Amino acid sequence: MRGFRVVKATLFVLAALPAVWLGVDALRGNLTADPIKEITHRTGWWTLTLLMVTLAVTPVRRLTGWNQIVKVRRMLGLYAFFYAVLHLLTYVVLDLFFAWDILLEDVAKRPYITVGFTAFLILLALAITSTRGWIRRLGWRWQRLHRLAYVAALLGVVHFYWQVKADTREPLIYAGILAILLVARLRPRPPTRRTARTPVRLPEPSEITG
Amino acid sequence: MLIRRPPDIPEREITDPQLYQNRRAFLRTTAGAITAGIVSPAILDACGQPRAADAAGATRGQDELTPFDDVTTYNNFYEFGTDKADPARLGGSLKTKPWTIEIGGEVAKPGTYDVDELITLFPPEEHVYRMRCVEAWSMVIPWRGFRLGDLLKRVEPTGQAKYVEFTTLYDPVQFPGQRRRVLDWPYVEGLRLDEAMHPLTLLSVGLYGKTLLPQNGAPIRLVVPWKYGFKGIKSIVRIQLVREQPRNTWQVSAPREYGFYANVNPEVDHPRWSQATERRIGEFRRRKTLPFNGYADQVASLYAGMDLRKNF
Repeated sequence: MRGFRVVKATLFVLAALPAVWLGVDALRGNLTADPIKEITHRTGWWTLTLLMVTLAVTPVRRLTGWNQIVKVRRMLGLYAFFYAVLHLLTYVVLDLFFAWDILLEDVAKRPYITVGFTAFLILLALAITSTRGWIRRLGWRWQRLHRLAYVAALLGVVHFYWQVKADTREPLIYAGILAILLVARLRPRPPTRRTARTPVRLPEPSEITG
Repeated sequence: MLIRRPPDIPEREITDPQLYQNRRAFLRTTAGAITAGIVSPAILDACGQPRAADAAGATRGQDELTPFDDVTTYNNFYEFGTDKADPARLGGSLKTKPWTIEIGGEVAKPGTYDVDELITLFPPEEHVYRMRCVEAWSMVIPWRGFRLGDLLKRVEPTGQAKYVEFTTLYDPVQFPGQRRRVLDWPYVEGLRLDEAMHPLTLLSVGLYGKTLLPQNGAPIRLVVPWKYGFKGIKSIVRIQLVREQPRNTWQVSAPREYGFYANVNPEVDHPRWSQATERRIGEFRRRKTLPFNGYADQVASLYAGMDLRKNF
């Protein structure tokens, strides 16, 4: 038990490092000639990366039988949301400087922004319903709702792919990882798994999935 | 040349380096504030950045030179790699001396010229131009170069010559980016003959008074300030005068997105993003993009009667 707390604390610090690193680079003027674009790209990159890591938790658990690992899933998911918030704020505040008219036009007219914004709304809904209270209130529907994490990841990859000019290698790597995660998830469930419709007990906050 | 070249950017609008230093300090302060999540208009005021600088003022008459460091470290030159830092990082692999350009096609006097010879024939002058990238960012660059038209006149285009086609060096050893087929190498660009002869159109061999660095297209590159940056083909080895409109590399790569003309036009969006505004490198707020990148007075007549939505 105690050992796992260390694992969780370590992951907490690791997932925060990209933000710290971004702040340090900002203070040192290390964000290229176009800092706003660099901040946008880095926060977007970490959103996708942490989403993938979050989605990898269950396959890793099934493969290794390391059940405790599920206790970090919500934290990782919330970190993905945290970077998504930074990403969106960078766009709305730094890039557009609250030019709401341009924002609305972008969301409506630019498919890559439409899908990116949709992905954000999904993550927002998942973050809000990640609390113990919402898990109780939603019951079996909660798990179904939170499978939308895959949709958010898929939209995130499309969002990335659609703004690349010619070098599609990086978004395709993400697409490949996501495909592997989806296939891993589509495999038959292990028989020992509790059925989702009849929760026997309320999960501890630390095991709530995100 | 009887046509007198109007001043591109008046001398008085070029700011001294002291002010760029302030800009850097401003960026650092705001960047810090931003990451702390506390950016607000009040902070911008406190940092001494005049907030009024956006609005109408930003659209005209504020063309500070983009700092040398930014011009030479933030480059799209896929021959070195697709990251904007790649060209400066990997530029050392390009051998720019000796370098010859072959000029031929529909000309009376084809020939091969060494870049050093060209510089003797056509002494480079300084031209400060805005550079608008198709990705919606821009710079102001003091190029050193000579008019492409002067060179073309020397080789005497025939009556059949309608277009000019330019080709970049193809050498995956010197250009590591060419080892992957991100684009259809070698890079090719083209201009209509009248565009090529226009006095604003340059062959550049330097910037900021220095010889061109590899990341900026050494030793010789095209500069067409009213067109998107990708028209400015770099490290040119061949210039051909041709009868048919050349297929430029980006057009081949995505014909729906990149055309032959590629004139800067805030009215015609890229299919995936808006071209109405741009970020001038070093500035915080976006500014409005100007038709023909602000050179409409000089070049709009070249396109009289053309549908610029079709000919994007």
